[in-house]
Amino acid sequence: MSTLVLLSLTGLGLGALYFLVASGLSLIFGLADVLNFAHGLFLSVGAYGTWWAADRLGLGFVPAAAVGVGLGALAAVLVELLLIRPLYARPIDQVLVTVGLSLAGVALLQAGFGADPVTFPKPAWTEETTTVLGATVPNDRFLLIGVALAVLALLQLFLHRTRFGLIVRAGVEDRAMVTALGINVRIAFTVVFAIGGAAAALGGVLAGVYYGDVSPGQGTSLLIFAFIVVVIGGMGSVAGSALAAVVVGLVQQFTSYYAAAGVGEASVVLVLAMVLLARPGGLTGRTA
Amino acid sequence: MTAEALTAPTAARPVLRVRGLGWAVGGARIVSGLEFDVAEGEFVAVIGPNGAGKTSLFNLISGLVRPTEGSIELDRADITADPPHRRARRGLGRTFQSSSVFAGLSVLENVRLAAAAHRGSCLRLWRRADSGTAAREAAMGALARVGLSTRAADLAGALSHGDKRKLEIAILLVTEPRLILLDEPMAGVGTADVPALTEVIRTVHREEGRTVLMVEHHMDVLLGLADRVAVMHHGQLLALDTPEKVTADPLVQDAYLGETL
Repeated sequence: MSTLVLLSLTGLGLGALYFLVASGLSLIFGLADVLNFAHGLFLSVGAYGTWWAADRLGLGFVPAAAVGVGLGALAAVLVELLLIRPLYARPIDQVLVTVGLSLAGVALLQAGFGADPVTFPKPAWTEETTTVLGATVPNDRFLLIGVALAVLALLQLFLHRTRFGLIVRAGVEDRAMVTALGINVRIAFTVVFAIGGAAAALGGVLAGVYYGDVSPGQGTSLLIFAFIVVVIGGMGSVAGSALAAVVVGLVQQFTSYYAAAGVGEASVVLVLAMVLLARPGGLTGRTA
Repeated sequence: MTAEALTAPTAARPVLRVRGLGWAVGGARIVSGLEFDVAEGEFVAVIGPNGAGKTSLFNLISGLVRPTEGSIELDRADITADPPHRRARRGLGRTFQSSSVFAGLSVLENVRLAAAAHRGSCLRLWRRADSGTAAREAAMGALARVGLSTRAADLAGALSHGDKRKLEIAILLVTEPRLILLDEPMAGVGTADVPALTEVIRTVHREEGRTVLMVEHHMDVLLGLADRVAVMHHGQLLALDTPEKVTADPLVQDAYLGETL
């Protein structure tokens, strides 16, 4: 029983990380049709930004994380404005630019902060444990799950309760029709990039807490699972991403524990294949 | 028929003025030599056999395609070179043959989106979308006028085809258009829904005084609705007169080859 509880909470925590990266990825694809391979870079910017603010500026964890998230959002906006915007009519070039950027980003982080992992400034309480139903659970799991739930709630509020969210949902469904109404959808692209960048950066902060250190390639490896989550959940759907992230996180944890370490990753790909065979559009349709 | 006769009732100032309008693709003339006015508050219907150029005419007026000759004026401003969204801002609203509503949004949200676009309030993006703003009142008003008030909270995708058409008209109304282009609004609508939809269109014209240009395949829908009927054939304007006179026109009867109008 205690193993089940620990595996479930760890799986949910991992799912929380995937969701933070995948939600922005999914919205950006749904609205702007951009497959953003540089999304993992925003995660790394968040993680390194937090480490930098804590280590070099001596800030506490929460203000340092705020700096990291702010830098992630800023990086996303700059990428959209400078690199993606001129290429909206050229999807292949767009993919090339974001792939190139993700490679260049890893190299830049290595040049700036070294190829070795740096120790992440995680708060002391996340290293303690809490006993749940007989299981000794590290506190960072609760932080991950709690933050992801809060981000999910905020995203839903944004999408369903603000005028801008309305434009985003309509744009995900049919961008041309929104333009025909005389609405400038391009502004929405930038804001969705900012939101996605901030969420991914927050994912970077939490990945730092979870793994205990930050390395240049971390964003890229998490991005692969985030892409799988987006495809399973349905492109453009935040709720679908949340559901798929939970499924992927749990499947990965349980199979890794009961089979072997590599089987966790393989079984996630198996889930992906099964979902695509049964529902080619993902678990949810094309709605934000 | 002479050009003067075609452009006759111009006592009220024309909302739409079309002069020498032609469109050719790769040497093939799709429409040519179109000249007519639509006066303020007038309801003009465009009929003609399939392939007569009715939808091409609509695409030219709404700016989806650029004419190869001639000019289009909306409220005396030359819009021939304007892109579609600028024409929309100038007051030209159109529906499409295929239904164009956001299925994943609620009925009210569909109209709100258009209201927000029309009011240019997209800059105040973070305002709550459902707060009691003027845009919401305008949206509810437009829904009331097409008889969809009770469906406001439903998903647009769940509406019947006829109700989707009404929603499209509500979306148009909320943008306060100077000229409404309706492209075969009855297409695909169940026969049971046709009278109600016709009534909505009649209200938009008669009670709100909107200027309407409507493409329709069947004449019977237009009787009692249209002030004048334009008959198109092979990309040209064959006749433009009251529905009664047009139906009696031998040229028009020829064009339809005995097919009932």
